[in-house]
Amino acid sequence: MKAVRPGDWLVIAAGLLATAATAAAQWGRSAPALAQVRLDGRIVAELPLTGTHRVALDGALAALGQTVIEVEPGRARIAADPGPRQYCVHQGWLTRTGSVAVCAPSHISLQLVGPDGAHDTVAF
Amino acid sequence: MSPAAPTLQVEPSARDRRLARYAAAAIAASLVEAAIPSPLPGVKPGLANIVILIVLARHGWRDAAWVSVLRVVAGSLLAGQFLAPGFFLAGAGALASLAVLGALQAVSWRWLGPVGRSVAAAFAHIGAQLLLARLWLVPHDGLFNLAPVFFGAALLFGILNGIVAARLMQEKA
Repeated sequence: MKAVRPGDWLVIAAGLLATAATAAAQWGRSAPALAQVRLDGRIVAELPLTGTHRVALDGALAALGQTVIEVEPGRARIAADPGPRQYCVHQGWLTRTGSVAVCAPSHISLQLVGPDGAHDTVAF
Repeated sequence: MSPAAPTLQVEPSARDRRLARYAAAAIAASLVEAAIPSPLPGVKPGLANIVILIVLARHGWRDAAWVSVLRVVAGSLLAGQFLAPGFFLAGAGALASLAVLGALQAVSWRWLGPVGRSVAAAFAHIGAQLLLARLWLVPHDGLFNLAPVFFGAALLFGILNGIVAARLMQEKA
């Protein structure tokens, strides 16, 4: 008798299908729809990730300069910030739902949110 | 002098000996496997299932169930895992696999061989473990984020174990 029989192929195909379906359901994250800009924790701007926007705002370091946020279709970044270490600027373009760039000295953060809210982490 | 007390002797039948032999092989396989490091708890080759599949093909479902249950209980005793969470996970997986294998006994072996049965049992195994873990150990749906990894492993190792079992049976036949 052959090692692999007709029904075996059927079961293997079903297994492949089940694996692919769960992968799509679990990992197929919805694309980010909105860039939220927060100052001191309050949302000061919500920019749709469809067009191109450039927003400049005064943060806690307004005396040193403005924080500039750029939005392009599907992505957003902090283009400039007066903070001393430039972490949020170096983070570059954010493309995934839930990703955040924080300019702590300026009290400004930029976060991408999807159509449905996503957790950035879960811990026990 | 009183006559010697009558002794009660339980003579193990040929079937008992056969089951014990197979169970020993399955336990050895699972102990060997316990020594293999795994990147993720739950992703394991499941080598003992090769033995279960062979017993299923040669001696039927009842014997396979005996070997499987003996494997889980005795294997966990030897590994020091008896009544630990891993024991219940292994038990849930084994019972679910046996249920699926039992249902599939209605299908002809000519049409559905060891490979298909192995894959089906592997999915039942990890499915039951995921459910039990979700209900009991990690009460959060975040656990299901790993489901595709577990399913992929079930598919891969299910196929491999099935092929090994088929080959071993061909050799002896």
